[in-house]
Amino acid sequence: MHEMSLAMEILKIVQDSIPADLIDARVQRVNLKVGRMSAVVPDSLRFCFTVVSDKTNVAGAELAIEEVAVEVRCGDCGHQWLIDAPVFVCPQCSSGRVEMLSGRELDIVSIEIEDEEGSDAHAG
Amino acid sequence: MLTPDKRLIYRHHKDGHNHTHPHPFSPELETQRSGGREIKVVRRVLDANDMMAARNREFFASKGIFVLNVMSSPGSGKTTILQRSLAHLMPELRCAVIVGDICTTQDADRLSLSGAPVVQVNTDQFGGDCHLAAHVIERAMAGIDMDAVDLLIVENIGNLVCPAEFDIGEDQRVVVLSVTEGEDKPAKYPLMFRECDAMLLNKIDLLPYLEYDVETTLQSVAQIHPGMPVFQISAKSGQGMDAWLDWLREQVRSKRT
Ligand SMILES: Nc1nc2c(ncn2[C@@H]2O[C@H](COP(=O)(O)OP(=O)(O)OP(=O)(O)O)[C@@H](O)[C@H]2O)c(=O)[nH]1
Ligand SMILES: [Mg+2]
Ligand SMILES: [Zn+2]
Repeated sequence: MHEMSLAMEILKIVQDSIPADLIDARVQRVNLKVGRMSAVVPDSLRFCFTVVSDKTNVAGAELAIEEVAVEVRCGDCGHQWLIDAPVFVCPQCSSGRVEMLSGRELDIVSIEIEDEEGSDAHAG
Repeated sequence: MLTPDKRLIYRHHKDGHNHTHPHPFSPELETQRSGGREIKVVRRVLDANDMMAARNREFFASKGIFVLNVMSSPGSGKTTILQRSLAHLMPELRCAVIVGDICTTQDADRLSLSGAPVVQVNTDQFGGDCHLAAHVIERAMAGIDMDAVDLLIVENIGNLVCPAEFDIGEDQRVVVLSVTEGEDKPAKYPLMFRECDAMLLNKIDLLPYLEYDVETTLQSVAQIHPGMPVFQISAKSGQGMDAWLDWLREQVRSKRT
């Protein structure tokens, strides 16, 4: 259960990323990329984030998690493919020199902040 | 963590088109964005830990210290293996140990008998964490004379999931699997077995009493991490320890030269 530590890191990064002139604005959404091979349970992470962000300027923000597939490349023949089981052996040449291109992500992509001008324009 | 059955099992593309790029699957992508102002961040969640790990790694390199991170599920025999290993490695190699547990100092007490300096980290002070983070290692080092260490061994918290995600600045990672845990563990926790540089299959003295199939384990590991060395050992009888210790000595030596 390290989702709590991850949630705390996310909160810190989100708070650091709010521009100074928008410090009072509400953070509506945090966009996160999580690789399929990373050791994270999305539901548990969302829950922990709700807990740690409570009573902060990020309270109520949605943690939107985009899962990223595991793509690998053979170091011998260059074959590139998506894996759906943890088998890191090249189907073309049987090589075990297989490199992971994606699937280990645990990245904050962006945050979305309430845009007062935008919502005014919308209303009007 | 992705649960064993959820991990790596993908929803199929509805239209069956081919991809040459990583493809996101989450249904959330199809939902509306919040309509707010989007601010690009692009930072790794574990940035702070990775930076601290890099600092640790630089420090270890400056001192010529080889660092081994030992991970496994609870009770697979990490402490017993280290006790026996220390008895063989010392005094030619000056060893020190940092051992993590959620609470109690029992492992540190056992390891101290070797004569090596041992620092126990109890993560209940850090919220009962299930892994050792890089800053915890940095703090623990304050209790050791690092100028008198060639090999620093970190016994991580018993857990096959979380420690794999946290770089501590180590040179090599070793996973211990004991034969009482079942052949399916590598396939259920592929990240750990993928991330480690060697595996110890422990408690082989118990094989005559179990229906454990060593071959199945080896085949599974060979798919997840082709070429990873696997040492079959018994920390109880000492069987197989020589090959493992030779490998470890070689790793320490090759860092120095
Ligand atoms: N039969 C047998 N028992 C072993 C062997 N290695 C360890 N054990 C026993 O397994 C139990 C757990 O061993 P530990 O060394 O404490 O395991 P650990 O991985 O350090 O456990 P945690 O730190 O709590 O995660 C103890 O009762 C050991 O005596 C072995 O090779 N054979
Ligand atoms: Mg132990
Ligand atoms: Zn190939």
